[in-house]
Amino acid sequence: MSAVVEHVACTFCGCVCDDIVVECEGSEIIKARRACAVGRGVLTGRDSVVRRPTVRGREVEWQEAVGEAASILEQADSPLIYGLSSTSIEAQRRAVELADWLGAVIDTTSSVCHGPTGLAMQAVGEATCTLGEVRDRADLIVFWGCNPADSHPRHFGRFSLSPKGALTPNGRKDRTVVVVDVRPTRTSKAADRFFQVNVGTDYEVLSVLRSLVKGRDVQVDTVGGVSVSELRDLADRMKESRYGVAFMGMGLTMSRGRHLNVGELFSLVAELNEYTRFSVIPMRGHGNVAGADQVLTWQSGYPFAVSFARGYPQFGPGEFSAVDMLSRREVDAALVVASDPAAHFPHAAAEHLGRIPTIVLDPAPSVTASCARVVFPTAYYGIDAPGTAYRMDNVPIPLQGIFASGRPTDEQILDQIIEAVK
Amino acid sequence: MLGVLGGRVYDPQNGIAGEVRDIWVKDGRVVSPEEVDQEQAEIIDASGLVVMPGGVDIHSHIVGAKVNAGRKFRPEDHRGNERERTETLRSGVGGTVPTTHLTGYLYAEMGYTTVMEAATAPLVARHTHEELADVPILDSGAFITLGNNHFLMKCIRDGRQETARDYVAWLLGATKGYAIKIVNPGGVENWKWHSNVSELDDEVIGFGVTPRQILEMLAWINEELGLPHVPHIHGINLGRSSSARTTIEAMATLDGRRAHFCHLQFLSYGEGKGSLQASEAAAVAEAVNSHPSMTVDVGQLVFGSATTMTSDGPLQHNMHQMTRNKWLNDDVESETGGGVVPALYKRTNPINSVMWLTGMELFLLIDDPWRVFLTTDHPNAGCFTYYPQVIRLLMDRGYRRQVFESIHARARKGALLPELDREYSLHEIAIISRAGPARALGLKNKGHLGIGADADITVYEDVGNKEQMFAKPRYVIKAGVLVARDGTVVEERPGRTLYVAPPYDDESEKNIREYFNQAYTISFDNYSIGADSLRHAERIGCG
Amino acid sequence: MGALLTLITGRTREQAIGMHKGKGSSEYRRATSLVQMNPDDMERLEIEDGSLVQLRTEAGQVELVVEVGSLPPGLVFVPMGPSANVLVAVETEGTGMPSFKGIEVELVPTMSGNVGS
Repeated sequence: MSAVVEHVACTFCGCVCDDIVVECEGSEIIKARRACAVGRGVLTGRDSVVRRPTVRGREVEWQEAVGEAASILEQADSPLIYGLSSTSIEAQRRAVELADWLGAVIDTTSSVCHGPTGLAMQAVGEATCTLGEVRDRADLIVFWGCNPADSHPRHFGRFSLSPKGALTPNGRKDRTVVVVDVRPTRTSKAADRFFQVNVGTDYEVLSVLRSLVKGRDVQVDTVGGVSVSELRDLADRMKESRYGVAFMGMGLTMSRGRHLNVGELFSLVAELNEYTRFSVIPMRGHGNVAGADQVLTWQSGYPFAVSFARGYPQFGPGEFSAVDMLSRREVDAALVVASDPAAHFPHAAAEHLGRIPTIVLDPAPSVTASCARVVFPTAYYGIDAPGTAYRMDNVPIPLQGIFASGRPTDEQILDQIIEAVK
Repeated sequence: MLGVLGGRVYDPQNGIAGEVRDIWVKDGRVVSPEEVDQEQAEIIDASGLVVMPGGVDIHSHIVGAKVNAGRKFRPEDHRGNERERTETLRSGVGGTVPTTHLTGYLYAEMGYTTVMEAATAPLVARHTHEELADVPILDSGAFITLGNNHFLMKCIRDGRQETARDYVAWLLGATKGYAIKIVNPGGVENWKWHSNVSELDDEVIGFGVTPRQILEMLAWINEELGLPHVPHIHGINLGRSSSARTTIEAMATLDGRRAHFCHLQFLSYGEGKGSLQASEAAAVAEAVNSHPSMTVDVGQLVFGSATTMTSDGPLQHNMHQMTRNKWLNDDVESETGGGVVPALYKRTNPINSVMWLTGMELFLLIDDPWRVFLTTDHPNAGCFTYYPQVIRLLMDRGYRRQVFESIHARARKGALLPELDREYSLHEIAIISRAGPARALGLKNKGHLGIGADADITVYEDVGNKEQMFAKPRYVIKAGVLVARDGTVVEERPGRTLYVAPPYDDESEKNIREYFNQAYTISFDNYSIGADSLRHAERIGCG
Repeated sequence: MGALLTLITGRTREQAIGMHKGKGSSEYRRATSLVQMNPDDMERLEIEDGSLVQLRTEAGQVELVVEVGSLPPGLVFVPMGPSANVLVAVETEGTGMPSFKGIEVELVPTMSGNVGS
């Protein structure tokens, strides 16, 4: 089959660009027009072969693998379901359901990404907007602790740096771009103004900025390696903007202070709304981690680190989050869906996955799969199977099933496991 | 097949007020007795019990982007309100923003079977439908916010009514929505410029149109399209002391047209003494009484925890400034906005006391129960689980007096409420909580128990304390299946999503696509939602 | 006793692209087995571009190839992946989030001279 398919959505990063045009030959995508280099790699480089599931490395029939997986999970005292950021809403819904029936702990990649952002939002709120508002209205953009030039390659072109919008007809010229980071990056090179702050001082810098916005007297000359007079200038620009938008990332969530750093930024943005309009958008990493937050929240009330062990949902960042439970060896079976914790977790947590029976649902052979007891090579969402993914600004994007592949979807496998355990 | 026999039936639509009747059900519908093999049917003995159609909530915020953001940011509201899973039912958390499964269970346990989702931004309608798929039992539909829509406002500016009409028709079908919702017309767009509107003839920045024009256009479009419901309006100045005046003006503007004014309590204030607003319920009720083509729901305040969540961006920011509570805001490109702020309503707070009075007075001063409906604008003025309490307040003036005595003295001083003796009868309660909302929604098979109606039936024990009566129905039947008994869900069934898809000129889609490509940041082809994306979609006809 | 520096970990384009070629691929291994350093630090510590150094944190130690980077003095950067995972501790301070950025690290040159690829 040779075909051209339009308005395809790429699910690699939180931009979920849905204007991709793919050219297909047989069951391969050979071209992905408009996709960035990473998206192109994902779309053209996928493994299209229909593979059998394996149990202890041996290929088996789907039924047997489902039975083995169900048996592992039923017998476990403390099962963990983890991941979910690179699969569709449909699969995420089943995963939470399964956790409920099992009395399992369920956590998503948020806990090692924008979990702290969720904690800040719970503490102080969040003034946000959709990406179209950024393109059309924002005349001041602040990138704080994030590097979209590398992590979200089309962000600049589609939303935040150069595109022409209703109130930004001159594109780049109608925007002032400020970057705050601990080191120069490709993103800071694109900025009008770059503030290089000392590692681990974002909280103090943000705190001072809040004071300056409120016209308070600040009694230091520098903070975090930045001059207060320059920060005063930034505070003024923020207050005088027509519509400002801050994007934030791992620089805040992963540094000392974590959710407290994010809370300072969110409070700053809220306070700026006394003077003008200002919004903040977290740079969600994976294509559907925003969706995972949404689904887990609507079914359990909480966005990550949820335990159903007592028969009802309990929220416990630090207690039920995956890194903590694994490193304390409080998990005796794991179901990993659409994520690769063995590749990205600190070693002392990742290695526990090798000690316990682990089940993996993933379209590609992940590091986690390489030491898993049961592996289901499932469909690539948005390529082999339809679904929905939520963009970083929580706009839901429908995904096409371009190919009718022979691979089952994550949701189909999860449905079967649910049936087997109930 | 099912028979609900010997109960005292309240079916206002069909003129039945407490007569002992049998109700027969087959294939999810009410049928005539001849159609049922009475030997085979399951029999529910309702003798000595009260039988009503299942409750219909015309305005509640239960699913979607704003609701879920509110849920996510209020973990403190969930704790202590947990419900355990059972062999067959899911666990969840309650409080003012219950999780999806618990929302379905709690409403069903109260005898409600149809709940309309009050506000959905078109761009994120897909989220509403996906979340609804996890709400069991209840039938629902989404109101689509249009009062700050760029395409619409451009059409108004350019005098292109037919184009606007075709756009709305297309949009309702694309979003699988049920009705036109209008929230602070023009004000939410102005909030994106750090402003608002305060008069019906204020200008919407960048468009040169007015709130009045937006209301008139959407009322005209609603009629042209023959939509089953009417324009559902959250007016300008919500919460302000000018609200009663501009509410009455808005009604005058739409005189003779069909329209629904929602959570009217929040929009019925006037200047009081000093900083304390006054209830202008009397004046607003008079206006409602004089506009027979209009319906309202009250949005009654309940003392206790609440979560304010609306598409009214500037209002929510004001709530944040006033209460200093944490604040969510979301501006949605080309369409709308909104926000969420937690609230706590206290009797010791004079303003909250006035708000409570205002709602009560509206209920008691609006003459026609077919035009005033029971809501708490959940969760804005209170959680829906308090509907039984509101019912008791309406039916029992002694209890009402008791509560009145407990509110703030400054609110009580000179209040109208003590003079209002009226008590709602069971028949009238059946109207304001079922028959009336169903009729206003254009749901021909809901809110009544005539032949052909959906078999959504609630059976209550007639006890003296009406709050207890309505809090714990003996039986709740949804689509002919017993889903709750003695106030507890016993079986889960999926509900249906009701939507409209009025016809439009196909040519207009070209125009819309062109506009869309400029205005939005997703592909036009990815905007429309297919009916197969909905749980059990049911299209309701127009015209 | 080696030099005490501050470590941050994170994404790079090469790491992301290598990831999609497969985490066993040589591109991925190369992209994630390096440490970027400030040129003045390198000069001060007499470390050459391309040489091997050992990084040690409270969590573990790993040998990496040095690459000159645009970093302020005192800061080193390792791309997220298997090497970073050895260096990041599991303490999340009750948040679920380990400390991926701002880690105290000891850096010791191992052998001088460039490493073959």
